[in-house]
Amino acid sequence: MISVESRDMVDRIVERWGHDPEYVTEMLQDIQDEYRCIPRESLDRVARLTGVPVGRLLHLATFYSSLSLDPRGEHRIQVCMGSSCFLAGAPELIGALERALGIEEGETTEDGRFSLQRVRCLGCCGTGPAVAVNGEVVGSVRPSEVEDLLARFQ
Amino acid sequence: MTLEELKDLQEKARKRRQGYEKVILVCTGSACAARGSSDLEDRLEGELIKRDLSSDCLVVAGGCLGLCSEGPLLLIQPDGILYTRVAEDDLRDIISQHLQDGKPVERLMYRSGEKICPRMEDIAFFGRQQPVVLENRTFSNPESLDDYLAAGGYRALARALADMSREEVADAVAASGLRGRGGQDVPTGMKWRRCHEAAGEAGEIPFIVCNADDSDPGGFKDARIVESDPHALLEGLLIGAYAIGAREGFVYIRGEYPLALKRLGRAIEQARDRNLLGENILQTGFSFDVLVRRGAGAFVCGESSALLAALAGLPPEAHDLYVDPTERGFRGRPTVINNVETLANVPRILDRGPDWFASIGAGEVSGDSVSGSTGTRVLGVSGDAANTGLVEVPMGTRLRELVFDVAGGAAGNAGLKAVQVGGPTGAVLPESGLDIELEADALAGAGVSLGSGMVTVMDRDTCMVRYARYCTDLLLEESCGKCAPCREGLAAMSAILGRITGGAGSTEDLGLLEELGSTMSECSICGLGRRAAVPVLSTMRSFPEEYAAHIDEGRCPAGQCTELIRFEIEEGKCTGCTACAEVCPTDAISGEPGETHVIDDQACIRCGMCRDVCRFDAVEVR
Repeated sequence: MISVESRDMVDRIVERWGHDPEYVTEMLQDIQDEYRCIPRESLDRVARLTGVPVGRLLHLATFYSSLSLDPRGEHRIQVCMGSSCFLAGAPELIGALERALGIEEGETTEDGRFSLQRVRCLGCCGTGPAVAVNGEVVGSVRPSEVEDLLARFQ
Repeated sequence: MTLEELKDLQEKARKRRQGYEKVILVCTGSACAARGSSDLEDRLEGELIKRDLSSDCLVVAGGCLGLCSEGPLLLIQPDGILYTRVAEDDLRDIISQHLQDGKPVERLMYRSGEKICPRMEDIAFFGRQQPVVLENRTFSNPESLDDYLAAGGYRALARALADMSREEVADAVAASGLRGRGGQDVPTGMKWRRCHEAAGEAGEIPFIVCNADDSDPGGFKDARIVESDPHALLEGLLIGAYAIGAREGFVYIRGEYPLALKRLGRAIEQARDRNLLGENILQTGFSFDVLVRRGAGAFVCGESSALLAALAGLPPEAHDLYVDPTERGFRGRPTVINNVETLANVPRILDRGPDWFASIGAGEVSGDSVSGSTGTRVLGVSGDAANTGLVEVPMGTRLRELVFDVAGGAAGNAGLKAVQVGGPTGAVLPESGLDIELEADALAGAGVSLGSGMVTVMDRDTCMVRYARYCTDLLLEESCGKCAPCREGLAAMSAILGRITGGAGSTEDLGLLEELGSTMSECSICGLGRRAAVPVLSTMRSFPEEYAAHIDEGRCPAGQCTELIRFEIEEGKCTGCTACAEVCPTDAISGEPGETHVIDDQACIRCGMCRDVCRFDAVEVR
């Protein structure tokens, strides 16, 4: 069951986009921003308010890389995997982050503090490999610097 | 605001900028920002106020200057002196030596070998460039409408609305020879005309959509244009809207580029405040407004059919477009979809005339037909190049010139091995294949597409098989999954390449890759699928010996495929500093302090941490 507060939040979000089915992706983005995931119950609510089938909403929620059905961590670590960062050593960097956090790419630590994700391109191709922590981009990160980077958020 | 008031505003903005003796432009593009350029800007402003220089010196938080590998960058105007890798501690010298004593600070200038390059044009990277789309990069703050006006902004719009009919605007753009910069190379003026006519016939009001999600992963140039000159995009969009008769437009932009989103949002607000967007623009009777649609992260949205689905709130899967969007697009109405760079060219074309534009580059316009490509191309140079960043060169520039003269070849000593043109779906060319002109028709003849304008340089330490696998995996992840050739083809290719890089490949695998590749190229629904096999096929064609080494000898010549390499510590070089043993995650390294260390190959997971921390270059890959 969706809580009253959550329902009101979802209602406000749907209202913000005028109940318009054209903007369901924007609604899901706003829900993701609010809860760090798309709670299953929120999909039912959006479906009811917009008339868009739940199946399509699920399709969208699982299609786009910025949306997630499972909660993401409090601190979001995104490693750029564009071609330039790949060549500059992003795979080794992801390996170092996975070992430091004890999770695989795409997962969230058990305490919910960190999630680790690959992203397509952060747009800093001159300064790879690039990592964004909570949206703030740091360039030229070496595998040996991972511990220091994480320590800033401990 | 009326046309007269706009002129007045432009004049005032120009005068205000002229009132300063020196202008210090701090690059705040994404790459320089990731290196802390916004702190520089704050600190610089503070210092200038402290020294009572703020009435003579203006600090401008500028757009991307282009030379990302040397950032953070600072440009002092009107002197044209460029400072590279500027740290906060350098600001004191810049202020006291350069701004106060008039003696530029040599140690912060770009060096090419022994040669010191004080001004932008002294640097080979900039010397061959011709900024048209990026012309404001040495002048304006992308968040300031005043700066854009001072640079002559919205003059082209004013002229179009006051003196030109819709048809004349489309004709002027057609006469310039401008072709779409998103990869399809369709002449823009014709597209507009077609849409205007289709809308007239159907009695419907058309839409204009700017595709700011045209980029491959690693294709940052469009986002950088939005970041650096958002008003140029808006002005181009407004002119396009006028030409086709649209009243509403959309910019579909990737959510991963927060800076571009923020600056575009700001520019739209500023334009609305000044009646450059909205009802009765410049009191000419023309009304238009624009809405930003933020993408949620799907590479396929760059494809026009998927983009239209995304705009409608549907899953962005590609589908066959039997009818062109200019006839039936968004909400079933005629719709023009233009790329960011395409639109940013438009104000300059109208301002300086189609003939001026057609004289740049390597194209010929006669009547309604265009051969070759006129104008310039904005390219993102990345990878192992000595100079990486954003460049703008005339169409027809030779790829070899771009790679060696502008980008400076490969950094370091390894030497250049290959160049991929057009992002992860682009062809990987060997050094011997660089003698082609960057121009739509010549490239198409060579089976190359400039696509999103990415040029990725790879040095000799790059394994071509591993790189082909990287491109394949990435495309597999981004395939929308609608059609089998792309979805299944990529999965099969990935599995085969995994075998080869793992040392378990066979010669038959090469035949399979060829077969899969040709099926995907012929049978996929959209451009993504049709191009998805290009990296594999082109590396197989140009680097057959590298595939053979993996398959026949179980060897990775570039030393990158982890399953085929071993790490060893070289005796003469190791000083026994213990740094590697400390970081090794599997405790595979042993040795007494002061003595040569040894790696236990069984325990080693080839993570490369030891190589990363070794200060003596003692960890060898075999």
